[in-house]
Amino acid sequence: MSPRHRQAVLLLAPAALLLVVLVGGSQALMLAASLGRRSAYGGVTHDWGLQNYLRALEPLYVRVLARSVGLAAATTIACLVVGYPVAYWLARRAPPTMRRALLVLVILPFWTSFLVRMYAWMFLLRTEGLVNLALGAIGLPALSLLYNPTAVLLGQVYGELPFIILPLYASLEKLDPELLDAAADLGAAPGQVLRRVVLPLTWPGIVAGSILVFIPSLGAYLAPDLLGGARYVYVGSLIQSQFAVARDIPFGAALSFALSAGVLLALWLLRRPLRAGAGESA
Amino acid sequence: MGRGAVSLRGVSKSFGTVAAVRDVSLEVAPGEFLTLLGPSGCGKTTLLRMIAGLESPESGRILLSERDVTDDPPHRRPVNTVFQHYALFPHRTVAGNVAFGLEMAGRARADIVPRVERALEMVRLSGMGSRRVDQLSGGQRQRVALARAVVLEPEVLLLDEPMSALDRKLREEMRAEVKSLHRRLGTTFVFVTHDQEEALALSDRVVVMNDGLIEQMGSPPEIYDVPRTRFVAEFLAVRNILPGDVQSADGGAAVVRTENGLMLRSRAAGFVAGERVWVGVRPERMGFDGAGENRVAGVLEDRLFLGDRSEWHVRAGADLLTVSEPGTSTGRQAGDAVTVTFEAAALLRLVEPALRPPRP
Repeated sequence: MSPRHRQAVLLLAPAALLLVVLVGGSQALMLAASLGRRSAYGGVTHDWGLQNYLRALEPLYVRVLARSVGLAAATTIACLVVGYPVAYWLARRAPPTMRRALLVLVILPFWTSFLVRMYAWMFLLRTEGLVNLALGAIGLPALSLLYNPTAVLLGQVYGELPFIILPLYASLEKLDPELLDAAADLGAAPGQVLRRVVLPLTWPGIVAGSILVFIPSLGAYLAPDLLGGARYVYVGSLIQSQFAVARDIPFGAALSFALSAGVLLALWLLRRPLRAGAGESA
Repeated sequence: MGRGAVSLRGVSKSFGTVAAVRDVSLEVAPGEFLTLLGPSGCGKTTLLRMIAGLESPESGRILLSERDVTDDPPHRRPVNTVFQHYALFPHRTVAGNVAFGLEMAGRARADIVPRVERALEMVRLSGMGSRRVDQLSGGQRQRVALARAVVLEPEVLLLDEPMSALDRKLREEMRAEVKSLHRRLGTTFVFVTHDQEEALALSDRVVVMNDGLIEQMGSPPEIYDVPRTRFVAEFLAVRNILPGDVQSADGGAAVVRTENGLMLRSRAAGFVAGERVWVGVRPERMGFDGAGENRVAGVLEDRLFLGDRSEWHVRAGADLLTVSEPGTSTGRQAGDAVTVTFEAAALLRLVEPALRPPRP
C-alpha cells in the first residue's frame, strides 16, 4: 500500500466503519424484516415473500405516496421561490460587513428542536392562536388555519428553508459580478440577465438545495402529523405509525424501502438535466 | 455625421465620500481612438463605466452619437465593452459567447451563425466556435471578448485595460491586433489603460487623468514631448524633476535656480520671472561631457543595465539625476566624476495643476 493509500484508509476508516455498521447493518435488518410477516405480537416471522411490497402498491397507499410527492414538490418549489431572492440579496446586495451575522440568522432556527418549532406554529395557527387573536382584535372573523394541507406546507417550507438558502448563497456568492455587467452591456434586460446568466450559472446550487429539501420533505412526518391533523396521511406518518402504532414492522420496512428506491430511481432518471442544466450550450 | 461621437458634459461621480470623477467634460470624435491614461484610482474606469451605463453619474450629461443617454440603462446603449478580465460566460461555448448579444437583440438563428463566424474570423479564431472558454489561453479569451463586443457593431467600443492580464509578449501582439481592428472597423474606441507605452502606441489622442480630473490631453507626441504638469511628466517617465525659482525669463530663454542651487537654462514657453516651478528633463535627453547649455558636475553612483541602454544614477550635490546612456558597453564605472550635459530645449516647465476644484 502506498503512503497515499494508507493515508486515505486512515482518514476514511472511522466514517466508513460507522456507516457500514450503523446504516448498512440496520438497513440489512430492515430489508430482512420487509420480506417477513408480522407475528401476532408485533414481531417478525421469517416467512419470506414480497407480500408487503405488493401491499404497498395498493391504491390506498399509492395515493398516500402521491400526496407525499406532491408535498415534497410543493415544498421544494416554494422554498426556491422564497429562498432564491433571500440568497441573492445576502450574497450580492447585503452590506458585506453584515453578511456573516445575517447568515447566522438563517441557521438560527436550528438551535431549537424541530418539534418545538412545530408546536410554535400550532400556537400561531390554532383557532385561539396568535394569528386569530390578532384578526379578532381588528374585528375580523377567525380563520381555520390549522389541520389542513396548507398548514403542512407552511410548516414544511419554514423548516426546510435554511437548507436551500445556504447552497444557493454559496453559488450566488461565487458569481462574478463582471459577468452581469457584461450581459447588460451586450443588451440583456434585467430579466434576461437573470434567465440567461444568473440562473444557468447558479444551477448547481439550485439542484443541491432542491435535493436537500425534496428528500427530507418526502419522508416528513412531524409537520404532517402536528399541523395536518389525522385527516391527511403522508408516507412519513404512515411509516411511523406502522412501527409505533400498528406494530406492523414488515410493512413499515417495505414502505421505507419502496420510498428510498423511488428517490434513488428518480435521481438516476433525472441525472442528466440535474447535471447539465448549467451547460446551456451555444 | 455624429455617429460614434461621445460627449461628456460636466460628469461627476463619487463612491461614498471618495470623488472618483470630478466635473469631467470631454468630446470624442467619431472614429477616434481615445485613451484614458492614469494610475489606478484616477477615475478612468469609472468614466468608462459611465459611458457604458454601468455606473450613473451624479451630475452631468452623457451623449452618444449626439443623443442624450444619461438615463438609459446599459442594455439600451449602442456601446459595447471589452472587460478587464474578459467576463466570458463560462456556461457558453466560444460561439455562444459571441452570439449572446445577437440573441438578446432577437436576431434570427440564420442571421446569427454567419455573423458569429465572421466575428471569429476577424479575431483569427475561425473554427474555435465550439470550444469551451475554459479551454482557451489568455490571448484567445481576449480575442473572444473582442469578437463578442464588435459583433454587435457598436457605435462606440469601450476597452477597460483589456491587456493588463496578459504577459508582455502577448500584450505587444494584442496591441497590434487592437490597432488593426480599429483601422478595419472605423468605430470610435475609448480605451482605458495605466500603461503609458500602450497609450502612446495606440491612440489618436491621450487623456491623462489624475484624482478624478483631466490633467492634460493631446496627441501622443504632444503629451510625450510637452507634458505640462508635474504629474503628467512623472507618469510619462520624465525622471529628473526638480523644484526651483525662475531667475529670469526673456522671450524664449529662461534661467531657473533649483532648490539645491543648480542654475539651469530652458527654452520652454511660459516661464515668468520670480515664480516657483518644477523643471524636468528626460534621462535620454541628457548625456555625459557632451554639448548643451546646461552642465552639471556629479559623480556616478550606480548603473542599471537595460539592454539597449543603461541608466546611470548621478549624484550632483543634494540631487540624484538619472541619465540614460545608449549602447551596451560603457567605459565608465561607479565613482567616476562626470559632467552631465543637456540642451536648454530639453528642460521642461512643469506646474502643479492650478484651478483644481476644491475636494468636496
